[in-house]
Amino acid sequence: MSLRIDQDHSRFRNIVRGRIRQNLRKYISKGELLGRQGKDIVSIPIPHIDIPKLRFGDKQQGGVAQGDGDPGDPLSGSPQDGAGQGKAGDQAGDHPLEVELTLDELADILGEELALPNIENKGKSAILDKKDRYVGVRNVGPNSLRHFRRTFRSALRRQIALGTYDPKRPVIIPTRDDMRYKSWKTEEEPVANAVIIYMMDVSGSMGDEQKEIVRIESFWIDTWLRKQYKGIETRFIIHDAAAREVDRDTFFRTRESGGTMISSAYRLTAEIIERDYPASQWNIYPFHFSDGDNWSVDDTLLCDDILKKLLLPASNVFCYGQVDSPYGSGQFIKDLKEHFSDHERLITSEINDREAIVESIREFLGEGR
Amino acid sequence: MAQFALNTALPNYLRDEQKRIEEFVRGVGLDIFPTVFEVLSYDQMNEVAAYGGFPTRYPHWRWGMEYERLSKSHEYGLSKIYELVINNNPSIAYLLEGNSLVDQKLVMAHVYAHVDFFKNNFCFKMTSQGRDQRTGDDVRKWIDTMANHGATIRKWANRIGLETIEQFIDACLSLENLIDPQKPFLPKESSPSTFEEEEPPEPQEVPLLRVDREYMESFINPEEFVDSQKKKLAEEAEQAQRFPTEPQRDVLGFLLDNAPLQRWERECLAVIRTEAYYFLPQMQTKIMNEGWASYWHSRLMTEKICDASEIVDYADRCASVLATSPGQLNPYKLGIELFRHIEDRWNRGQFGKEWDDCEDWELRRHWDRRTGLGREKIFEVRALYNDVTFIDEYLTEDFVFDQKMYSFGYNQRNDRWEIESRTFQEVKNQLLTSLTNAGSPIISVVDANHGNRSELLLQHTHQGADLRLDWAREVVKALSRVWTRPVEIHTIVDEKPTALRFDGEDHSQRSL
Repeated sequence: MSLRIDQDHSRFRNIVRGRIRQNLRKYISKGELLGRQGKDIVSIPIPHIDIPKLRFGDKQQGGVAQGDGDPGDPLSGSPQDGAGQGKAGDQAGDHPLEVELTLDELADILGEELALPNIENKGKSAILDKKDRYVGVRNVGPNSLRHFRRTFRSALRRQIALGTYDPKRPVIIPTRDDMRYKSWKTEEEPVANAVIIYMMDVSGSMGDEQKEIVRIESFWIDTWLRKQYKGIETRFIIHDAAAREVDRDTFFRTRESGGTMISSAYRLTAEIIERDYPASQWNIYPFHFSDGDNWSVDDTLLCDDILKKLLLPASNVFCYGQVDSPYGSGQFIKDLKEHFSDHERLITSEINDREAIVESIREFLGEGR
Repeated sequence: MAQFALNTALPNYLRDEQKRIEEFVRGVGLDIFPTVFEVLSYDQMNEVAAYGGFPTRYPHWRWGMEYERLSKSHEYGLSKIYELVINNNPSIAYLLEGNSLVDQKLVMAHVYAHVDFFKNNFCFKMTSQGRDQRTGDDVRKWIDTMANHGATIRKWANRIGLETIEQFIDACLSLENLIDPQKPFLPKESSPSTFEEEEPPEPQEVPLLRVDREYMESFINPEEFVDSQKKKLAEEAEQAQRFPTEPQRDVLGFLLDNAPLQRWERECLAVIRTEAYYFLPQMQTKIMNEGWASYWHSRLMTEKICDASEIVDYADRCASVLATSPGQLNPYKLGIELFRHIEDRWNRGQFGKEWDDCEDWELRRHWDRRTGLGREKIFEVRALYNDVTFIDEYLTEDFVFDQKMYSFGYNQRNDRWEIESRTFQEVKNQLLTSLTNAGSPIISVVDANHGNRSELLLQHTHQGADLRLDWAREVVKALSRVWTRPVEIHTIVDEKPTALRFDGEDHSQRSL
């Protein structure tokens, strides 16, 4: 049922939306939304929107209450300011207001705030999906598809034409010829399919904070790309000296020790793409996060090779994000920049701390590829 | 009001209960408006509650916020709205669909006592909109008034744009509590309708002492005296020119009369002010009103309404309403106990000079003159007092002790809230302080031509508690939006007199 208050309610939600936009950076860098995901819904805590008034300051005024305790005893919980204020007993305590947003809305807000362009689907839409749509009516069909209004109308028209319609006793009896049924057409729709392949360095030098940054960033990349493509798939690869594919949970939790051979991850990615995602039909987004400390120069050269020959030609864009770690040399990003300085499909970004996440999302997705 | 309209939407079994309860209510002497009960589903209830009990209000986002909050706390099972009744003739009250019958009866009994309070307490007289010429009934058509307010503001929103209107209303709402609680009881001011050119006042002669002998002149009227007389004269003249001549606490009213407002602004501001005055009595009588209602629901339920099978459910419900928690005053609890205390005292004759002078504890404890005036007394109290006078007059030392009342405050050194005192005087003072002016700071307009630049100057009468500064700045800004010129407010911050100012673009703060 629709209520009168719906208008005020949606007005309030718009204001909240504006607030979320303003504070988006804070939400993003805190990563507090990740823990608040339902199925497709994120609940966002927002402070009660107060209308400022002339009031006494917090802690300026005490109050009176009833109960046990001696002077000097602390009160459990914080009291409301003043006594006898507020409405009847329907005031629950001080719960922060939570507003629920769908991931779609969240992606919209992200897009608006970071001015992200929509992604151009680069003609990789060979996969066709069949879809039925009701487009008209016809005279025959199953009863389940009977179009009541059109049937009624044609019956009414016939009875008026025949003079059997009595306005005082408006009974309409459709005959077989009056029956109308919905008809449909099967259309082929191109489906834009996309896959995100996340790679992460889990060698000893990647600490918890680094992984948290990767986790937050990948949540937002996920949110945005999901908005752009229907039916998006995600794959996760972790690597130290060797690479393996894991599920999402393991991806964020694994901590290995040992060396780093980035080429192993790139090779595995190339294999996955070749096996599961033919480049002609899929939009492919490999994201690689590392602290930039590769084992050897030889391995870096091997990476360049795989990138050039296999990954870059297949991908919409290849993103490399380097998190700052106290142990890594951070050399890899420099090598990439040197070797691929003019390659438009390779985007690199340095994520030094949580504050830098927003900027790095913009760098990765700002091109609209 | 036609009889049939009073019985809409109420299922038969509840209508029967209503009749029964109404009889009991009249039987014990409560004097009520006709009362309409409506049964609402929980989302309708949340809507109505968000609108402050009214079916419709002017469009504003904060109702939406309230609705969101109520719905959420209902869904999470944090709270439930028990009673909702509006001060209107006929009074409208709502019952939540799906509540148990005991709950519904409890709400009805509670609501009827509220209605009696609305009708008879002196504070609520100001919400009366006149007398019906035919029947002589008290006219309170606030539902219509609120709906009209909605229509007015919707009309302007359509012409000017919701965004603009809403921003202005936000500014007005920041000033909502700047009204004068005494205003309704002041004599009506004669409006300065005559704009006749006033005669420029004759240059007054400086009043000096009479001197009979000329050579005495410089002794009887020395130069300093002449100067001081001149100064006094000049001050008086300045006082006469100042506007307003007396500090005015009805800031909203002052702005309405004197700010250079456009028509739509004036109408919006008038709506906010009217509604602020409508809700004022409910804030001034929170403890009494809830106490009175709880007193009567308790008596009626236990003595008349409940049968044996219901009494445990009722007691459970009632106990949760009257529960106390640390650091929070429960107006239901304090109110009901104080009414019971008064009734008991007047039943036993514990009043008057003899009682006051008696110092013998033993004697006082067993004092019983069998005066039996309790019932009569509480009816008188419910008509003639508001929370401040109620507490001031009837809070006694024994009561404070029996009810385990304490005052609390924030201890800077320990960085926590602490119980401060259990002594009668301190508890009473603390309670009265927090009730004064319905819990708002006392603010008045003192000069509308501050610095001779038509700037507005307001004064905060500081009584120990500082203002919340970040909000105060926003309020000064809102004031300057309405006044259209710079606005300054003088207050005290950390024991230093301070001026908060907004000049249309920037905030500033300086010591005085």
